[in-house]
Amino acid sequence: MKKKQTKMILLCGMLATMLMVSACGSGGGDKAASSGKPYIPVISKGFQHQFWQAVKSGAEKAAKEFDVEITFEGPETETQVDKQIEMLQTALDKKPSAIAFAALDSKAAVPLLEKAKANNIPVIGFDSGVDSDIPVATAATNNKAAAALAADKMAELIGESGEIALVVHDQTSRTGVDRRDGFKEQIESKYPNIKIVDIQYGGGDQLKSTDLAKAIMQAHPDLKGFFGANEGSAIGVANAVSEMKKSGKIVVIGYDSGKQQTDAIRNGTMAGAVTQDPIGIGYQAVKAAVMAMKGEKVEKDIDTGFHWYDKSNIDSEEIKPLLYE
Amino acid sequence: MKLHSTQSAAAGGQQVKKTGTKGAARQKILAFASLIILILVFSLLSGNFFRFDNLVGIMLSTAVIGVLALGSTFVIITGGIDLSVGTVMTFSSVMAGVFITYWNGPIYLGVIGGILAGSLCGLVSGLMIAKMKIPPFIATLAVMMITKGLSLIISGTKPIYFTDKPLFNQLTMGSIRGLEIPNAVWIFLIASVIASFILTKTIIGRYNFALGSNEEAARLSGVNTVLWKVVIYVITGTFSGIAGIMMASRLNSAQPALGSGYELEAIAAVVIGGTSLSGGMGSILGTVIGALIMSVLTNGLRILSVAQEWQTVIVGLVIILAVYMDILRRRKNKS
Repeated sequence: MKKKQTKMILLCGMLATMLMVSACGSGGGDKAASSGKPYIPVISKGFQHQFWQAVKSGAEKAAKEFDVEITFEGPETETQVDKQIEMLQTALDKKPSAIAFAALDSKAAVPLLEKAKANNIPVIGFDSGVDSDIPVATAATNNKAAAALAADKMAELIGESGEIALVVHDQTSRTGVDRRDGFKEQIESKYPNIKIVDIQYGGGDQLKSTDLAKAIMQAHPDLKGFFGANEGSAIGVANAVSEMKKSGKIVVIGYDSGKQQTDAIRNGTMAGAVTQDPIGIGYQAVKAAVMAMKGEKVEKDIDTGFHWYDKSNIDSEEIKPLLYE
Repeated sequence: MKLHSTQSAAAGGQQVKKTGTKGAARQKILAFASLIILILVFSLLSGNFFRFDNLVGIMLSTAVIGVLALGSTFVIITGGIDLSVGTVMTFSSVMAGVFITYWNGPIYLGVIGGILAGSLCGLVSGLMIAKMKIPPFIATLAVMMITKGLSLIISGTKPIYFTDKPLFNQLTMGSIRGLEIPNAVWIFLIASVIASFILTKTIIGRYNFALGSNEEAARLSGVNTVLWKVVIYVITGTFSGIAGIMMASRLNSAQPALGSGYELEAIAAVVIGGTSLSGGMGSILGTVIGALIMSVLTNGLRILSVAQEWQTVIVGLVIILAVYMDILRRRKNKS
C-alpha cells in the first residue's frame, strides 16, 4: 500500500517535470539558439488583459518585419513585482541581443539592468518604462497628458462645474499614479468649480470596480461625472451606472478600449474614452531594440500617442486600428 | 466536556450535528448582533447608507462571494479547505461562455454545463483528497492553478461576451416585476436555503459533521468516508459553478483573469460566521451573515470615503475580532 503510494507520487512527479520541460521548450526558451536569429525578450506588465495582447501583436509585427526572434511574457497581475524580476533574470541568462522591458517597479529592477548594461545588452523601456538612465529608449504613452485630455473632456461634458469621482486600478503602479495625478491636477488647476469627491481603487477587477462605483454613487447622489482609469475600472463604472439606471445622466469617461467599453460608448452609457496605441507601443519597442542592437542611434523618448474617441469617431480610420476587441 | 460529547457521538452522527448547531447558534446570534451594530453605525455616520437601493446594492455585491462561501462551508466543516473555489468559479463562467457563445447553444445548456464544470472540478479535488490521500490544501491548490490556466487557455486569454444573448444577463440582473430586487439576490437566498437544507436535513449533512468531528470514528462505525468526502467536494464545486454563472451573467461576459483571491474572501465569510476551520461545527446561516458583514463593511467604508488602504486593514481587524470572540465563548462553554 505504502509502496504503491510512493510509486504513484514518483510517477506524478515525473509527469509534472516532463510537462514543465516540454512547456518550456515550446514556450521559446531555446528558440534563439535554434534559429540563429537575434533574440529579444519582451517583458511586459501582464498578458491576460486585452491591452497586453494588443502590445504583443505589435511586437510580433515588428519581429517579423525586422526578422528577429521575440518572446513575450508578463506576470499575472500588476503587483507581482517579484515574478517580473524573475522573468527578467531568466531573460538575461539567455544572453539576448536586446531586452524590451516595462517595469512594474523600476527600482527593484535596477541591479539586473546594471548587469545588462555591463554585458552590453541594450535595454528598451516600454509602456510605463523604466525609471533610470539605463534604457537607451522608451516607447510609451504620456499617461499624464492623456489623463489631462480626459479631464478636459469631462469638464466640457459636465459644463465645467459639479461633483466627479475616479475609479483607478491601483495606487502603486506608474500608470495608476500618472493617470490619477494627470486627471486630478488638470481639474484642480483649470476648473475650480469641479470638485473631485472621491478616488477609489478597484485593482482593475470589473466586479469589484462595479460595486465600489455603486457605493460612490450612493455616497454622492449629485455626482455628475465618473472617470475609470483603465479598461477594468471603466467597465466597472459603466456597469454601475447602468445598474443604477443612470445611463446618460452621469458622464462616464474611460481609458483604453475592449468590446464592452466600445459597446458602452456606442449605446451611450459612456461618453467616450482615451485610447493609447497599444500595437504601436509593442511595435516601437521592438523596433527600437533592433536599432539599438545594431548600434544605430535611437530617439530617447518615443511618444506612441493617445487619442480621444467617442460615438462620433469610433469607426473612423484614425481611431479604429487603435481599438482592440 | 464538549469535545468529549462530540467524539463519543461521532458514530451516531445525529448528536454531533446537535452540538455543532448549538455552538454555532450562539455564534450566529453574536454575528447577527455585529451585523446589526455595523448597519446602525454606518446609518448614523452617513445618510446615504440606509437606503433601499444601497441595501439592495449590498445584497447584490454579497451574492457571488456569498454563494462561494456557501460551498466552502461544507468542506470547512469536514475540517478540509477548498482553495480552488475562486478559479473554479471563473472556469465555470468560461465554460458557460464556450457553450453559449462559442457553440451558440441555448442559455439553459450553458447554465447547466457551467455548473457541471464546477461539479467536475469538485469531483477531481474530492477524488484526490479522499482516494489518493493528498492533503486538501495541496490538492485544491493544484486545482486552483489548473483551472486558472485552463480558463485562460480555453478563452484564448480573451473575455467571452454574452452580448448576443440579452436574456443571459437578465438571469441575475432582471427582477420580478414591481420588485426592484435583482434576481441574483434571490438566487443567493434560494441557494442558502438549499445549502442549509442539505446540511441540516439530509444524510450528507449528518456525515459532513461526522467527518469533521472524528473521521476515524465515522469510518469505524461503517460510514463510507471516501464516498461522502467526494460528495462534499462535489457540492462545493457545484456552488462555485453557480457563482460562476452569476458572475458571468452580471458582467455579461466571462472574464478569464478574475477569480484569484475570491477564495480567501469566501473563507473569511465562513469563519466570521462561526464555522470552525478545525471542522465539526458550522452553519449556513452563520456563513450568510458572515458574508453580509464583509460586504456591509466594505460598502459602508466606501460610502464614508475611507481611504482604500485603511479599508483592508479594518476588514482584517474585524476578522480577528470575530474569530477571537468565538474562541473566547467556546472556552467559556468548556469550563
